[in-house]
Amino acid sequence: MYTFEYQRPQSISDAVAAFDGEAKFLAGGQSLVQAMRLRLANVPLLIDLGGIPQLRQISIKADKVVIGAMTRHAEVAHSVEVRNAIPALADLAEGIGDQMVRNMGTLGGSLANADPAACYPAAVLGLGASIQTDRRSIPADDFFLGLYETLLEPGELIVSVSFPRVERAGYVKFKHPASRFAVVGAFVSKTSGRVRVAITGAKACVFRATAIEQALEADFRPEAAAAVEIGLEDIVSDMNAGAEYRAALISVIASRAVAKALKQGRRA
Amino acid sequence: MNTTTIKLKVNGRERAVTVDPRTLLVQVIREHLGLTGTHVGCDTAQCGCCTVHLDGRAVKSCSMLALQAQGADVTTIEGISSGDQLHPMQEAFRECHGLQCGYCTPGMVMSAIQLLKHYPKPTDEQIREGLEGNICRCTGYENIVRSVQHAAEAASN
Repeated sequence: MYTFEYQRPQSISDAVAAFDGEAKFLAGGQSLVQAMRLRLANVPLLIDLGGIPQLRQISIKADKVVIGAMTRHAEVAHSVEVRNAIPALADLAEGIGDQMVRNMGTLGGSLANADPAACYPAAVLGLGASIQTDRRSIPADDFFLGLYETLLEPGELIVSVSFPRVERAGYVKFKHPASRFAVVGAFVSKTSGRVRVAITGAKACVFRATAIEQALEADFRPEAAAAVEIGLEDIVSDMNAGAEYRAALISVIASRAVAKALKQGRRA
Repeated sequence: MNTTTIKLKVNGRERAVTVDPRTLLVQVIREHLGLTGTHVGCDTAQCGCCTVHLDGRAVKSCSMLALQAQGADVTTIEGISSGDQLHPMQEAFRECHGLQCGYCTPGMVMSAIQLLKHYPKPTDEQIREGLEGNICRCTGYENIVRSVQHAAEAASN
């Protein structure tokens, strides 16, 4: 690991003030510490967010669920309130990594890192969430730009994410058996006649499969999603799956997510 | 060399170590505190041999800086028994022969204890999924699953 300076601020404003242009925020460390160990990341100043209680919360409102950036995946997965309000979100959190990763990994860390195969970006885009930072609110549709690239400015800190409550939602992930990341993951939500379908693991970053959304708005059944043929443009081809296989998987996994969403009772 | 002093509780005792900030929690546990029951089995945070409890939650000690654990309450495999009295999970692994070489075993035990907290009556499927973060090269997991079932049954009696 390259050497680093370390700070552990006690408040959001102290954390933001500590940023010096070269620093990185440390959330759960499940991606960052590993990257530092392998010398893939050189971090001159590490700002540990673990000492800021305001960043941890789960707040259930009538129309949304607000989750603090340092809330651990395990906390979301085991929250009875989240499971009642947006079951697909609790399901998604429960499927991330393994139980040890879930005890440390955080929502904010996952989104700021924006791994192309991470689960939380699919929930954020699939529900049309908004990301509250220290300086603005960013809608999901604007947040994810490319490979590990988000709209966040240097030093901008995710404080919380606001997930709208929907009628139905479902998340299904075709897991890589060793890494447990999504070869393809699909988050489908339906509310007031509108459908969102967010796909992770298939391109440089999470994206909306608009052809599947349209098919489902006309007919919200698994068969409608499975029938959509996804084009190969920008689809990742790697050692886990070729582009053709991934593209085919997108329709299949999306249809399973629809089936899962239908199995739940209506939530709103 | 840049060093920092970290204070944390390990197996019920207050400890203080002065280390390079890059030191991982597993290195503090093994090299500075001499608690070598926690193992290092991989370079990629996948094997789970390094699993300990941090404030009651199972974590991979190779995937965190010791700095992240300051002020925390850490329990290692050495800390779950009392004198000659094995923890029920250790007893179950002994009874059901849930190990061969034993290298993954401390991590398996720490991880399984966490699993039963959330799933006190797990199905075999839930045990296999819950222990996804722990790899065993010897046993094929059969007796590990039996051991965890045995511990679950013992706990419910």
